Amino acid sequence: MAEFLIKNGFVIDPTQKINGDIADIAIKDDKIVEKAGPGAKIIDAKGKVVMAGGVDVHAHVAGPKVNIGRTMRPEDKLFKSPHAQENYRMEMGFSIPSTFKTGYDYARMGYAFVMEAAMPPLHSPHVHEEIHDTPIIDEGALPVFANNWFVMEYLKNGEIENSAAYCAWLLSATKGYGIKLVNPGGTAAWAWGLNCLTIHDPVPYYDITPAEIITGLIKTNEYLGLPHSVHIHQNSLGVPGNYAVTLESLKLAEGVKARNKFNRDQVMHSTHIQFHSYGGDSWGNFESKAKDVMDYVNSHKNITVDLGCVTLDETTTMTADGPFEHHLNHLNHLKWANTDVELETAAGVVPYVYDKDIKVCGIQWAIGLELALYAKDPSRTFITTDHPNAGPFTRYPRVIKWLMSKNAREETLNTFKHCSKVVDATDIQSIDSEMSLYNIAEMTRSGPAKALGLSHMYGGLGSGLDANVAVFDLNINDMPDDPQKIEDAFLRASWFIKSGQIVVKDGEITNHGNKRTVWVNAKVKENPQVTRDIHDKFLKNYTVGIDNYSVRDYLAPNPYVINVDVEA
Amino acid sequence: MATIKLKPYKTPELYLEGFNISPDVFVGKSPSEIASLEGREGKTRIELGDFFEVSGTTGATASDTNILIDGDCSRVKYIGNKMTDGSITVNGNADMYVGGWMKGGSIHVKGDVDSFCGIAMEGGDIQIDGNAQNYVGCAYRGDWRGMRGGTIHINGNAGNDIGTFMLGGTIIIEKNAFIHVSTHAEGGTVIIKGDVQGRVGGQMVKGDIYVFGNIQYMLPGFKEIGMIEHEIVGEKAMFKHFIGDLGERHPKSKGKEIFGNLYLRAS
Repeated sequence: MAEFLIKNGFVIDPTQKINGDIADIAIKDDKIVEKAGPGAKIIDAKGKVVMAGGVDVHAHVAGPKVNIGRTMRPEDKLFKSPHAQENYRMEMGFSIPSTFKTGYDYARMGYAFVMEAAMPPLHSPHVHEEIHDTPIIDEGALPVFANNWFVMEYLKNGEIENSAAYCAWLLSATKGYGIKLVNPGGTAAWAWGLNCLTIHDPVPYYDITPAEIITGLIKTNEYLGLPHSVHIHQNSLGVPGNYAVTLESLKLAEGVKARNKFNRDQVMHSTHIQFHSYGGDSWGNFESKAKDVMDYVNSHKNITVDLGCVTLDETTTMTADGPFEHHLNHLNHLKWANTDVELETAAGVVPYVYDKDIKVCGIQWAIGLELALYAKDPSRTFITTDHPNAGPFTRYPRVIKWLMSKNAREETLNTFKHCSKVVDATDIQSIDSEMSLYNIAEMTRSGPAKALGLSHMYGGLGSGLDANVAVFDLNINDMPDDPQKIEDAFLRASWFIKSGQIVVKDGEITNHGNKRTVWVNAKVKENPQVTRDIHDKFLKNYTVGIDNYSVRDYLAPNPYVINVDVEA
Repeated sequence: MATIKLKPYKTPELYLEGFNISPDVFVGKSPSEIASLEGREGKTRIELGDFFEVSGTTGATASDTNILIDGDCSRVKYIGNKMTDGSITVNGNADMYVGGWMKGGSIHVKGDVDSFCGIAMEGGDIQIDGNAQNYVGCAYRGDWRGMRGGTIHINGNAGNDIGTFMLGGTIIIEKNAFIHVSTHAEGGTVIIKGDVQGRVGGQMVKGDIYVFGNIQYMLPGFKEIGMIEHEIVGEKAMFKHFIGDLGERHPKSKGKEIFGNLYLRAS
């Protein structure tokens, strides 16, 4: 640990409303401080942009799904795995990179924290092993709850207190971060070969609807006062016309106020909203409903969203939305993996090629960008690609390029075979606005950190925050004419200091850092009924014993535990 | 056409990855520059000059460049990797991945080749005078995009997995093949002049297979629909016409379902 002074950069920090002022950032040990001592190492950031470390609210970067993707797609590594560099581990793969490449590439882009977006509770030990194997970046993981037998039973009976006690137990058993919902009810229905395509389709056997599950988990989340809100992958993902379902689900948050001590305002985070903003009723008349969705989001401050931008790459889709992956496999006839996770969830994996010359892919690309460009409050709209579902996370800089440059959007649009059809089905050509570096900082730093309830650690450059500082080779007063230079700058930071250590210099990894696993320990008062239910289900239904279920401490050897004391 | 000669003088202890042995890479380079091109022996970086004596000249373009490897390359992989033009002749055997991802030009190996000859090839010609091991003209592991174009001609026998995931092009095996021909194919033609043990056309969607000898074990997913006379590679013969694989999905064209065709010479 040491002291650093990052001098004379254009500082961009929405948490302090600083937009490009020339200032110095001082670091002592692993925190940002007001003033550096005389012995501080000077980092010259003159003519460059200085931002906090990035925060990724949603990416699939660790665990069994990701590993199935790696196993079933050796071709993802072909010609994309350079020979190992001295002192550093070999980096492999593109859409499903190896753990080392994942850590390195996020660090090169100046990211400090990444949220693994869907942890199957039963497989949480695997998730944590992979997280531990991913260098540099801090990570958390969201266990999935919305198709869980316990949760569905408690919520059917309106037992929020029991639901909360169970969720708190599961968070601590899996060292999880918050409450993730994936296709509420639909994944459970998939065990019967069915799905829930609206929020009113009953879940077989449980006699509960997705709407009841969503409402119940929002209440559970606010009862517990967790740092993050419910994080929802809605029903009917990827289906033409699904924007109506999306709006209906978002309305479930109406009137609910956030209750927490972590400076979080939203009660629902709706993820990869691009996949949920589709009009039309078939792929033939498929069109964008980005405006309708964003109009709603803009006027409701208790909702945050992330984009899930399609980046026009060959990638690997993977989700706990089992029925969706089955549907996708019937569209593209490629490989398909499917797993049922007893009592809890399911998952599927299918490779997918977002071909710029296919009309639907072009429209999906446009929708992702439109959503961002229609956002009135970028600090509630976060940049993601639902890595790797809509594209790999290493394309964030390209998404930034498209958002910051109308020319870059036009250039891409003009390469489409069905350019005019994409233009007809979307508003992308008529949107002239270009986002600023400040907006980008809101969408990748301050915004997601606040939504995750982590604004006391990440997302800003105020003193007392973690010493995660990225320096990018961009001059805010003299931005490059060639938008490609924006992408290049964000892809490889000039400097990245993570937890007070230089981990990247000139876009190259210099240090394996000291990563942490962030998890939430919500302490509820003893609940004998839930304790007995857990005990019973492990005896009757689970194939594993309860003693073999929890994530042992050695699997998360560098924990950062956020304690939540729940006042009942 | 200018010829640049590589004379092997040392056998690598491990296998040598000669991914730079291609007219596209050699063109415009002097023998000493070619000798300093990168290769790998295991995880060790080597130079081609560590194993080959380089002499002669390269042409002005790849198409004017002929590479003559005058000796045995039994332990050299990736000869002609991704080449687009020109020619390579090997006076001896070659190891795996001869002509892998090749787009054009020609390769002539006067001995045998190991596996993955012409993997994911898109164009050009490969002529093997001896035998080939497995995976002739197949797709890369896991990939659904196999050989798209060009011709692979094996004068001897070939092993298993010929034309897996094939989309186009032609593979000719003059003698016998083992098992798995055109598995998952969606196009292309495989011609086997000798016998095949079995698993011919498994999960085949589209494409053609000709077998002049016997198929010891026929797959149940193929149905005989009649006799047909075809002239193929200069030979006119009567064939039993099978369609399949009936267990696989089949696209429709003009309202008619398209199947893979298996033509077995009537004895």
